[in-house]
Amino acid sequence: MIEIVSRDRCVRCDICVKVCPMDVFEPGTDGVPVIARQPDCQTCFMCEAHCPADALFVAPLAGPAPAGSPYTDEAALVASGAMGRYRHVIGWGRGRTPGSRLDKNFVFTARLAASGGEGPSRTDASGDDAGVSERQPEAS
Amino acid sequence: MTVTGTSSDPLDLSAGVLVAGGGPAAAWAEYKAAQAGADVVLADKGYCGTSGATASAGTGVWYVPPRPAERERAMASREALGGHLADRHWMARVLDQTYEGMGELADAGRYPFPPDGEGGQVRRGVQGPEYMRRMRILLRRAGVRILDHSPVVELLTDEDGAVAGVAGYQRQRDRPYRVRAGAVVLATGGCAFLSRALGCDVNTGDGALMAAEAGAELSGMEFSNAYAIAPEFSSVTKTAYYSFATFYREDGTVLEGAGSQKGRSVIARTLLTEKVYCRIDRAGPDVQRAMRLGQPNFFLPFDRMGVDPFTRLFPVTLLLEGTVRGTGGIRVADDECATSVPGLYVAGDAATRELVCGGFTGGGSHNAAWAISSGTWAGRGAARFSAALAPSASRRPLIPAGGAGLRPTGRPAARDGYREVVAAVQAEVHPYEKNYLRHGDRLGPALANLHATWDRVRSSLYGTGAGAVHARQAAAMTAHARWMYTAALARQESRGMHKREDLPGSDESWRRRLLVEGLDEIRVRPDPVAPVGPQEYADHLRAAS
Repeated sequence: MIEIVSRDRCVRCDICVKVCPMDVFEPGTDGVPVIARQPDCQTCFMCEAHCPADALFVAPLAGPAPAGSPYTDEAALVASGAMGRYRHVIGWGRGRTPGSRLDKNFVFTARLAASGGEGPSRTDASGDDAGVSERQPEAS
Repeated sequence: MTVTGTSSDPLDLSAGVLVAGGGPAAAWAEYKAAQAGADVVLADKGYCGTSGATASAGTGVWYVPPRPAERERAMASREALGGHLADRHWMARVLDQTYEGMGELADAGRYPFPPDGEGGQVRRGVQGPEYMRRMRILLRRAGVRILDHSPVVELLTDEDGAVAGVAGYQRQRDRPYRVRAGAVVLATGGCAFLSRALGCDVNTGDGALMAAEAGAELSGMEFSNAYAIAPEFSSVTKTAYYSFATFYREDGTVLEGAGSQKGRSVIARTLLTEKVYCRIDRAGPDVQRAMRLGQPNFFLPFDRMGVDPFTRLFPVTLLLEGTVRGTGGIRVADDECATSVPGLYVAGDAATRELVCGGFTGGGSHNAAWAISSGTWAGRGAARFSAALAPSASRRPLIPAGGAGLRPTGRPAARDGYREVVAAVQAEVHPYEKNYLRHGDRLGPALANLHATWDRVRSSLYGTGAGAVHARQAAAMTAHARWMYTAALARQESRGMHKREDLPGSDESWRRRLLVEGLDEIRVRPDPVAPVGPQEYADHLRAAS
């Protein structure tokens, strides 16, 4: 769930208010959006992806983080590089390559198809390209 | 509809086509209706660009170049899995339309597909955030009007029962709205019963409720027990990646027979009594890399929890995806994705997907192809229907069609009455032993409880403003659950994802799709239209030539 709106980083653009599909945020009186309805958060990470200032952090838990959780420690999350990480890997932001351009899911699906749709046997995780077929992927 | 505490006047709009929803199917419907010359409005519960099961995820696309042998293989590969309920006529046209649509996404949409190393692109999958961002840009360029955070609450019909618009509520403006429209496309997604499966909490089956209120039928509602694998306490589902996993019991021994596709029921059965652990330990370095670059969000929970899923055990759970990844939905009545109600069209997961994958979809790729195709056809169909209306249609009376949650037959319950309804429905549909591991002895009592909940919903559930949205979601989930279990009890066999422990075999005489309709009274019957299998399709083609 969404745990952090960084006051230091927020540029008061209200994009998170606009893009959250569950309408979790509200504009703040001082311009910094507030997490108004945290229980509605569906942990989809979309606000993080869209935040141009890397000011948001969504904890990986589908429920609220317990008191004292590292997921609410902004300074530590900033120091570890966690904030803005998702936007970085999907390649959004000036000067970055869209992550979709680097997408290699087709390698995964080809390997999956080659194994008959149920994955390789436990002894067959070598990663060579033998037997990759053109069967359709089973990605979900 | 009345709203207390309204800060602004109601919004009143007029359009040729109104599209309800904000995911891929809605976007394609909107785009194609606009291209066909219609004046279109899209109204979404969330934000078109982040809403729905696709935006936050990544998905393969059932994209097959138009080479006969490959197409044949693609169609044949899923027929048995789907219980032979799919339809070759529809599969063939979905493959055609998807191929064309992905080309448009690349050219007009400028979606940055990965290069294939031979000067072309790999177009067999999309990353959700990028896909939906590009679709929104396409829509903006097409000049369509988008109402974000504006859930449709009910349909409006004329005196003959044709759909003539929608009423809804703009939650960020705290005001009701109404759109008069020549035709309406429902692209509101399936129903995952607020299970927290990735991106699915906007999918509460609202479109199915509204369609049924207008008199539409549903099909395949027994195929509604899709569960996805996710790390415990997380929302991130990506079942395909677990094809390279090994599952373990609490005592560290391998859970034999467990797997991502065929062995998911083993996981469900084990989870009833103990935790199940997992490690994606059958993925070699190149597959690991492909996964990371393929769907970065899959790794968010692991990276943030400090768990390397390729080397460390982690507990897993199964999250209900209901009819988002099940295949049941509103019945499609013709090639334009019309419903049986004049002026009402349907696209994406709100519609039945049995036509392309029968009673089973283990993957998003068919759903993604269906969203592009059905969205395209529904958008064009709705535009054509709207254009053909007489000018007097703009003066049609607009009669609200909504019942449950808006117009209780008895004394209204407390404003937060929806919470109790949601909890009661979830108690019948979430548990694996009821919905996944189906048995008549458990489905029967569950359905009786759901009927009792519906009676309460109908008599007393009530909300206004934002409360109306909550009430309607709760009503839609209740209706959805009742259709599911009614169909599940009616289908006296196992087929597709619908597996009955008490009726494990398949029976050829049941190779029919099942239709359900009605709200207070639910009726179920075999679809008079039989599935068109490979043999029937070949005969049809021969007769046509």
